Amino acid sequence: MTQPDTILKAEGICKSFGTVKVLKGISLEARQGDVISILGSSGSGKSTFLRCLNFLETPTSGKVTVHGEEILVRNGKPQNARHIETVRSHLGMVFQQFNLWSHRTVLENVMEGPVQVKRMPKAQARDVAEALLLRVGLQDRMQMYPSQLSGGQQQRVAIARALAMEPDAILFDEPTSALDPELVGEVLKVMQSLAAEGRTMIVVTHEMAFARDVSSEVVFLHEGRIAEQGPPERMFTSPETEEFQRFIAKVK
Amino acid sequence: MLEIFSYGDAGWGDEILAGLAITMQLAIATLPVGLLIGFGAAFASMSRYRGLRMIGFGYTTIMRGLPEILTLFVVYNGVGLLLNIVAKWWSPDGGNIEFSPFAAGVTALGMVFGAFAGEVLRGAFNSLDDGQMEAGRAIGMSPRQVFLRIQLPQVWRFALPGLGNLWINMLKDTALVSIIALDDLMRITKVAVGVTKQPFTFYLAACLIYWAMCVLSEIVLARMERRANRGIRRA
Amino acid sequence: MNPLDILIQYWPRLLDGTLMTIKLTLLGAVIAAIISPMFALIRANASPVAQAPLRLYISFMRGTPILGQLFLIYYGSGQFRPFLQEWGLWSFFRDPFNCALLAFALNSTAYQTEILRGGIMGVARGEIEAAKAIGMRPSRVLRRIVFPHAYRIAWPALGNEVILLMKASALASVVTVFDIIGRTRQIFSRSFDFSVYLWAALIYLCITAIFVLLWRLGERKLSRHIGAQSDSRTILNPPEGPKA
Repeated sequence: MTQPDTILKAEGICKSFGTVKVLKGISLEARQGDVISILGSSGSGKSTFLRCLNFLETPTSGKVTVHGEEILVRNGKPQNARHIETVRSHLGMVFQQFNLWSHRTVLENVMEGPVQVKRMPKAQARDVAEALLLRVGLQDRMQMYPSQLSGGQQQRVAIARALAMEPDAILFDEPTSALDPELVGEVLKVMQSLAAEGRTMIVVTHEMAFARDVSSEVVFLHEGRIAEQGPPERMFTSPETEEFQRFIAKVK
Repeated sequence: MLEIFSYGDAGWGDEILAGLAITMQLAIATLPVGLLIGFGAAFASMSRYRGLRMIGFGYTTIMRGLPEILTLFVVYNGVGLLLNIVAKWWSPDGGNIEFSPFAAGVTALGMVFGAFAGEVLRGAFNSLDDGQMEAGRAIGMSPRQVFLRIQLPQVWRFALPGLGNLWINMLKDTALVSIIALDDLMRITKVAVGVTKQPFTFYLAACLIYWAMCVLSEIVLARMERRANRGIRRA
Repeated sequence: MNPLDILIQYWPRLLDGTLMTIKLTLLGAVIAAIISPMFALIRANASPVAQAPLRLYISFMRGTPILGQLFLIYYGSGQFRPFLQEWGLWSFFRDPFNCALLAFALNSTAYQTEILRGGIMGVARGEIEAAKAIGMRPSRVLRRIVFPHAYRIAWPALGNEVILLMKASALASVVTVFDIIGRTRQIFSRSFDFSVYLWAALIYLCITAIFVLLWRLGERKLSRHIGAQSDSRTILNPPEGPKA
């Protein structure tokens, strides 16, 4: 069996805000088709780590490699900052607050990336966008504005927007935390189907069911370090560390 | 170069200070007039009677929509006209009444200030927390007490930034009275320029003095705002 | 007072003055609108040290009377006449219209910069991050996301600023520019009929009313995406104070 390719690799990511050390050296590798769930209590640094992967936060030190592009950071300064935008265009991100562009229609939101960043002709981008919106079940809302959609619908548009860039991997930053409970399901369903397709996904989440049933690997962050990681079957049935045991008990 | 600003006959220092004094007197005289008109306009705009509301709306809209210099001319020429008509009717043999430029300045600037202040105060009154006033009435406070002890302090806190801006604008507007021959700072500067033929120097000096007054006002206003907002937590 | 006679006899001059006022206001506002986005970005993003000269300029424009700024340019340039003549600039500064336009443009730029800065800082951070996350270049993020939102947020305040600029333009008459006030004073000095001032007032009010209407229409168009919750009462705030 051939080893699947490494899509994304993070090595030794450290992040300090002033004197506060939030990330104390995190390394992670995502291979093709991996669905990695990142768990942890608030303050453990999980969102910060995710945002370091596409440099929405600049790590204090460490290395991120995506699609062959390597970005090394020393003393808070990335060594080849020019490549950051290239890296970002190969990663998709889905935010907790959706962050759809409120002055663009649903269709325009999905088209914006391909047209503006990948220089795709508008007609082609429109076809891509329409197909993706059909995929997430929002084909009859294409001309609406985000303000006219529910939270769950907005998040699905956000997923379509990320997919439109044909990313190597998609980063999810607590995608369902801002949703009313009844709307969480529709978003998780879409994420599940993406995983089934073989997409590479890194998901920061509180949804234990997703972490347990859909991911290929679970990473537990505690106080800025990876306290425990492994396949979900093992992690949830026989947790090794005390911190993770306490975490599962609290969340149950 | 700085000798031209010295005191005494050789320099313009004392004349400029005299002009500055007139400017300050004008501003300080206008403030109470403007606030009075402002409260009047605000109450009119919030009144139960449609007629009063329309008067309030009409006044503030017109006074805010006209250039201040036009208002100044209208007041200066118009009121003088009016006063003379009234005076002639009163005592046909009497002489002309002079409507001093100072009075014209105070009136015009006060009317403009009042129009803008009316809007600021109206907004402040609308932002009041009804609940607090109800609590006052529930305790048994008279309407007058509720107004003085609960409403007014809050209105003051909300209106202070807006009124502060209006004060600073009014300070600068006083320069307009130089056009109707009042010996304020700007006019004295103009005279000095005519004599010394150094327009840039003197107008720059005048601008710097106005600037200093405005910056000083901003500092004082910031302090007043801090005091008015003590104990309030930002939402 | 013969209001009707005054109008019939002098309407060409009043029209002339009106066009001059509109010309002065529009040019001044447009020049400021071209320069202010750059300045607003500096104000919103640059370090305090880099901002210092800009902040000084803005403070000066806001802390000194427009009349003073106008005199400084129009009369003040006379003090440097030989220097300006050597550089071929004297013909510019000799003309009162140019000096007035320069003064108003400089003044309005300062105010528009601050207004636009407020707009820029009001743009939802999340939408900017989403654009960055997709890999958009900073210049594109500005063009497609930041400025469209910033202008919508700043729209009412920018409209007020144009109105205040128009009122300030009346000061051009003091340096012999024949705008509405300039013509009005001219007509008054000939006819001694007070009603000409009332006509001038009416003209200003009409221009303001028409402008406010058009500006609100613009706001409606810009806010299409907001949805039914937008309240038309929030669209035009009262101007905060006269431009002095």
